[in-house]
Amino acid sequence: MRLSSHLPIIVILIPWITAYIMPIIGYKWKKWCNSFAVVALALSFIISLILARFVLVNGPMHYYMAGFMPPWGIELVVDYLGAYMCVVISFITLLVALYSKEYITKELSEQRRPQYYTLLLLLTGSMMGASVTGDLFNLFVCFEILSISSYALMSITGEGKALLAGYKYLLIGAIASSFVLLGIGHLYISTGTLNMADMFVRLPPLYSSWTVLAALALLIVGFSIKTALFPLHVWLPDAYTNAPCSVPVLSTLVIKVGAVAIIRLLFNIFQPSFVINTIPMTAALSYMAAIAIIVASLFAISQTDIKRMLAYSSVCHVAYVILGIGIGTELGLTGGMLHILNHAVTKGCLFFCAGAIIYKTGIRNIREFGGLGRKMPVTMGAFTLAALSMVGLPPTNGFMSKFYIALAAMTAGRPELAIVILLSSLLNAIYFIRVINITYFGIPEEEIDIDEAPPTMLYPIIMLAACCLILGFGAELPLTILRPAAQALLGV
Amino acid sequence: MIPIEFEFLLRHYNYWTSVVLVMIGLYTMIVKKNLIKKLMGLNLVETATFLFYISMGDIEGGVAPIVAHGEHATDVVYINPLPSVLILTAIVVALSTTALALALVIKIYEKYGTLNSERILELM
Repeated sequence: MRLSSHLPIIVILIPWITAYIMPIIGYKWKKWCNSFAVVALALSFIISLILARFVLVNGPMHYYMAGFMPPWGIELVVDYLGAYMCVVISFITLLVALYSKEYITKELSEQRRPQYYTLLLLLTGSMMGASVTGDLFNLFVCFEILSISSYALMSITGEGKALLAGYKYLLIGAIASSFVLLGIGHLYISTGTLNMADMFVRLPPLYSSWTVLAALALLIVGFSIKTALFPLHVWLPDAYTNAPCSVPVLSTLVIKVGAVAIIRLLFNIFQPSFVINTIPMTAALSYMAAIAIIVASLFAISQTDIKRMLAYSSVCHVAYVILGIGIGTELGLTGGMLHILNHAVTKGCLFFCAGAIIYKTGIRNIREFGGLGRKMPVTMGAFTLAALSMVGLPPTNGFMSKFYIALAAMTAGRPELAIVILLSSLLNAIYFIRVINITYFGIPEEEIDIDEAPPTMLYPIIMLAACCLILGFGAELPLTILRPAAQALLGV
Repeated sequence: MIPIEFEFLLRHYNYWTSVVLVMIGLYTMIVKKNLIKKLMGLNLVETATFLFYISMGDIEGGVAPIVAHGEHATDVVYINPLPSVLILTAIVVALSTTALALALVIKIYEKYGTLNSERILELM
């Protein structure tokens, strides 16, 4: 058997196996933890790229765990969406690991650093596992590994507020997991299978059954909590505010994996015609997302803590992804999935910049940012670029995905959703331009002598800021894999 | 739509039990102020889910799914082992969630000296 046919399992196992070795390395050679994590993540990034190229050339890949054929064995399906998610996840986590080298020395004590890298690698592996699995119960297991590692990461600093935020996240997240488990149970009772492709075939005759509808409701609510869709987002702002700045960057990926699970549920388990026409679940999701976008933007305007503001902005932008899915056309789905990458890159850049500011000055209140633009020109330049991308100004990447979603709303005959996007861009501009205004034109209260952050923190920032522009001009690059992904999901 | 009859309710008492348990668990999590009691509510919800799975795999008079030999081998009814296997995994997951939650509760108690969620909010 050729090695390339084993790539789907290798890409997941590299971070996981490294995670299990990490405590030993942390016990013996503390200095090498970071390098070890970076090498493992770089390796899985390269393999993800090879996988994506393989999928683009040869079509979706199927891998049967231990050689058991589905529906009995566990199946990994690397389709277009799965390969795309693997590339996004491994790219962002690689940058997080690079950034953590210097940043984490200030936030965490020496004993906690190996634990931090262990959790980071576990999280990466399980996120990739959740995006490529073809088995519903395996999806649940991957979701649990990623949830438990992100509960622990959120409270890793050990401060009182971080512990409470982590506990709150844990209670809400565990309820979501129970709902998902109950939903899977309902689907298993009805169909007698756990394989997604098999379920897709067996479900249509059962669509009128109340059990299946209950399963759909339970799974949607469960995954919406994991995705932090607006009325269920309460865990997110507290958790983001009190975690080290590199953790929210990972968590923007966690909530995106929740959105991917919703995509899988709506289009890979249920049939598109059922969730769009028979039970208008996508319409319900799109209106929920529209409310989320507006309300989260309003919340973000009233914040003075930079991390809390970015947290509410995350709630707003994950709702864009759901909005794209909810429109339910090929264009909308493409735009929504494109926003997964664009938001991960942009929000990653913003959180990295906020981390660099906090690392150097310890300031978190936006009103005290005066004069930082001259002290840290590169960091604030990147921040400005990413902020403009969040607002959605061309030629940044934020414009491309917002444009796609708005265009999809117009062509689908739902212009009210396009108005929501425009309005939210305006609200985004209010809270981001306020920060830019203070940093460049504000007068510092007292002169502080600071310079740029160390290079290991600066390079990821520059790289992500450059990606904001590159993905703006070169939006064709992700779209080459996203167009077939949307077509495959909608079955056209 | 299934007509709801008394007999129908009685025949599916195992599912109703798990529904009631989920409700009690959610109520406990919302109403109780103590962080440990909230965790107990969560465990109730999880246990109810396990009960739901285990009871759906069971058949009255069924035996464990080990292939029977001998003269009565053909009329043996086996239960479905898959839900039990799934729930073994889910129990491990629930256990690790509970362990992490208890570790967090210990740390919170060290910091604030109380487990009452309202008192902690006052102290913050």
